[in-house]
Amino acid sequence: MTSVAPVQKKSVRFRARSFVAFSLTPEAPLEDWLQRLDHWIENSPGFFAGRPVVLDLNTLDPDAGDVQGLVVQLADRGIRVYAIEADGMEALGPGLPPLLVGAKKTIFEERQAKSDEDAKPASPAKADETPASNSLMIRSPVRSGQSIFHPHGDVIVLGSTASGSEIIAGGSVHVYGTLRGSVLAGATGNREARIFCRKNEAELLAVDGWYRTAEDMEPASRGKPIQAFLENGVIQVAALN
Amino acid sequence: MGKVVVVTSGKGGVGKTTSTAALGAAIAQTGKKVALIDFDVGLRNLDLIMGAERRVVFDLINVTQGTAKLSQALIRDKRVETLFLLPASQTRDKDALTEDGVASVIGKLREKFDYVFCDSPAGIERGAQLAMRFADEAVIVTNPEVSSVRDSDRIIGLLDSKTAKAEKGESVAKHILVTRFDAARAARGEMLSIADVLEILSTPLLGIIPENQGVLRASNVGAPVTLSEPTNAAARAYVEAAKRLGGESSLPVAVPLMEKRGFFDRLLGRRAAA
Repeated sequence: MTSVAPVQKKSVRFRARSFVAFSLTPEAPLEDWLQRLDHWIENSPGFFAGRPVVLDLNTLDPDAGDVQGLVVQLADRGIRVYAIEADGMEALGPGLPPLLVGAKKTIFEERQAKSDEDAKPASPAKADETPASNSLMIRSPVRSGQSIFHPHGDVIVLGSTASGSEIIAGGSVHVYGTLRGSVLAGATGNREARIFCRKNEAELLAVDGWYRTAEDMEPASRGKPIQAFLENGVIQVAALN
Repeated sequence: MGKVVVVTSGKGGVGKTTSTAALGAAIAQTGKKVALIDFDVGLRNLDLIMGAERRVVFDLINVTQGTAKLSQALIRDKRVETLFLLPASQTRDKDALTEDGVASVIGKLREKFDYVFCDSPAGIERGAQLAMRFADEAVIVTNPEVSSVRDSDRIIGLLDSKTAKAEKGESVAKHILVTRFDAARAARGEMLSIADVLEILSTPLLGIIPENQGVLRASNVGAPVTLSEPTNAAARAYVEAAKRLGGESSLPVAVPLMEKRGFFDRLLGRRAAA
């Protein structure tokens, strides 16, 4: 097509934007780690769907040649690696995601009274953000299939959360009804985050990436008011008295 | 302006079509004008349940695409003269439905009828979403078992987000209709109790339909159970649910008991909140 109008010279615009990515850190032996990952995926199907994942290879420290195989194995599980973080690795093959340097450990700085777009729930549960704090108050029940993502603070649910629902919070999560879905607190690197609920029927509880599935919880904690917190890298589920 | 009610569930085989026919017929018997729309394009059943399968000439797709007029496609019931059916197409699939087409059909029906019932297909895809799209109220049909209840919960989430009302910031009035309730099995703990279902869904109860052979018999003869066997326990439960849907929300819901004589001997006084 021939354009009659004079071509306007418009400069190319680059904008710096920051995103939250999940970081996966494989550990040796890799076979065991993949098995644990499979177990996790089985418990939270669809968790990685459409989520950016950065592969942190500093712990595993594999040979450059093995990285390709690992990326493929993750892709088979529906995990798309957006970038690779590895100190001292000079170059990766052209088919691999780019190397990421200078990543900061993701402790989210407290943002004051800022209601930015990504603080809204990923699916439209009726949610109002209180401008005075970074907590997200959800007044309606969280339904099966809904996912609430709030990386900048606590999430407070006044009703129940359904089996098959998911709450991911940077801070703590409080559920004043029955917790039946999955809850991931401290998801952006906060080990101090806790999960509280009036009645524990949870499918999965996680703090700072450490998780415990319903199967691994003591039967005594089911149906009771509980809190879950991280102690020496283990999720403790304790009765709330 | 008539009220548009979607009958939906997420899960298949729980009794959406049976309930659409039974509730629609019960309301039409009170003299209200009622239209039933089958949204299950490609797998239509409502015509069979209504006993109108041999009178289908035009269908919903013909009307949305403009090849037939609405008045040509509507089939008047032979038993209740204020009851009409708009059948689905069996030869097309759900992609043939367009949002504009559905909006125009429902808009026209809303002007002429007191109630428009949309019989949703199973699932949460296009067909189900278009069936609920323009609804004012929703009847969520649930069996007292975990998979059905979880699917209903998912559907409630969609009703709160994907309907025209929800997008305007209003909300669709939602009612739970528990079907195939077997009192004996519930007492043995083989089924979820009504209290469990309501606690999980936190939505008001419209009615409890007991498991009953009469419902299957009615389907086989092509008649809504509320017309073919009006004294049957399930039919009576549907009539009461229809009354509540019509505004008598204070009518107490009886939990069927497992005594051999009559399901409705005792009222537990559970109220259907509006």
